[in-house]
Amino acid sequence: MAAVTLLSTESLSKHFGGLTAVDGVSFTFLQGEVRALIGPNGAGKTTFVNLLSGRIPPSSGRVIFAGEDITRLPAHTRVNRGIAYTFQITSTFTGMSALENVKLACQHQLSKGFFGPDLDVLERASLSALERVGLADRRDEIAGNLSYGHQRLLEVAMGLGLAPKLLILDEPTQGLADEEIAVFVALVREIALNASVLLIEHNMDVVMGVADTITVLDRGRILAEGTPEEIRQNEAVRRAYLGN
Amino acid sequence: MTPHRVSKAAALHLGVIAVLFALQFVLPDYHHVNLARIMVLASFAMGYNIAFGYTGLLSLGHAMFFAAGLYAAGLMAQFAGVGAGGGLVLGVIAGLVTAAAVGGLALRTTGVSFMIVTLMFAQAAFLATFYFGEYTRGDEGFVIPSHLRTLFGLSLFEPTTRYFVALALFALCMAISFAIARSSMGRVLAAIRENEERTRMLGYNVFLYKLAALAISGAIAGAVGAAYGMLFGYVGATFASIQYSILPLLWVLMGGAATVLGPFVGTLLMFYLVDISSGVTTANMLIVGLALIGLILFFPKGILGTLRERVAPWLP
Repeated sequence: MAAVTLLSTESLSKHFGGLTAVDGVSFTFLQGEVRALIGPNGAGKTTFVNLLSGRIPPSSGRVIFAGEDITRLPAHTRVNRGIAYTFQITSTFTGMSALENVKLACQHQLSKGFFGPDLDVLERASLSALERVGLADRRDEIAGNLSYGHQRLLEVAMGLGLAPKLLILDEPTQGLADEEIAVFVALVREIALNASVLLIEHNMDVVMGVADTITVLDRGRILAEGTPEEIRQNEAVRRAYLGN
Repeated sequence: MTPHRVSKAAALHLGVIAVLFALQFVLPDYHHVNLARIMVLASFAMGYNIAFGYTGLLSLGHAMFFAAGLYAAGLMAQFAGVGAGGGLVLGVIAGLVTAAAVGGLALRTTGVSFMIVTLMFAQAAFLATFYFGEYTRGDEGFVIPSHLRTLFGLSLFEPTTRYFVALALFALCMAISFAIARSSMGRVLAAIRENEERTRMLGYNVFLYKLAALAISGAIAGAVGAAYGMLFGYVGATFASIQYSILPLLWVLMGGAATVLGPFVGTLLMFYLVDISSGVTTANMLIVGLALIGLILFFPKGILGTLRERVAPWLP
């Protein structure tokens, strides 16, 4: 596959008062990639992806997505252009059924102008997103009653409902049991067949298992970038992060 | 939602309209007037419910939207001789424009701040009715000349006509609420109420949705304000006071927020609670207060909200 740049940043920075959370990051992300973003706590990973998804505005620098400068675009517009974000802290509509949750994600993409989507089309699209994460049989369960692992999967299903070009997963396996993690890894591989994935992850087995490329952040800067093997060998990364 | 459920809900609401239609032939005069008034006020509450119940916008500014319609119709009748039909149209426009303008500013805030900002705007509007006392005559108010209170040649001060117009307004507001609750827009409004940030990150322009909900809510309040003036003939500053922002909130909470019929149930109950208790004692607000405490204990989500939760999940 030809290396097409899907997303890039130019000297992107974010200051919170005197604290520099993201410090002049220039980053290139290719179409079709599965990229893991790793780094010690407080390295600025979540702040960085928040700048990409538009949840917070940058202090300086630019974000370019699919060839266009999106630095000034509000978050919802970026979602509609194809950047989907799944929350680190599980954030579903807890009073609604699993299916209703996914419908909300699908509805906007399927709507034409003022009118809502065709209800059958919406139902089918939503069910198919639930099927992909293996929750189809829990479609009518209230989201708040689902187990934590299932809520995380529902988050991903909502992300898939947005039909994104780039799916950002913020610590998707945090708090999951080993079997659930295995399901997740398989799911990310499957998603990567037709979308690009940017993954913040602490679990190194998951990172090494799914990522094509790894970017290591430390104190708001890119410390290293490369294949899993290169990162494993990198002295600076070992010292800063992997420890031993 | 299966078609069967939709028809069940639709049947219930049409049934309520039918009962209200039939009641006018059997009710004694006193309750006949009361019910007309209740239907008008319940329409106001249904409009309030679109912002508060369905979207989660706790506004304390609805007296301003109501008064915008009331004064638009009343002043244009008084000084330009505009009749009831024109007054109603002006009322809708006044409510819509006021709500959209206030919403454009107030919706930059959320939660308690939103409540306070809307309250401040409403208080400013309330004081404005005194400032322009030369025209509005402040809280003394003025009476709309009865020759202007006609619609399609029918006199609105005739009890039967008044009842029909009130019922028509009520049915229209109910249809709007019902349609919104069932629409894809209604789903997004509920999503905003539950989790605004998540809704934004699903690609929805949350601000525009909230503004639309508030504008529709304000347009209904304006229409009801104009209708109230035309049906009952009196325009005064009391209707712009904070009381008229809190009453619809109370009615909606009592009947059940985010239910189509809840505002009507709440208005009806509250009206007769005050009416009956004031016949028993001068300390009638004590009785009303106790009744409200009982409601919170046994029906924490309002009467229809709690019924929906426990026995009738199909209620819209």
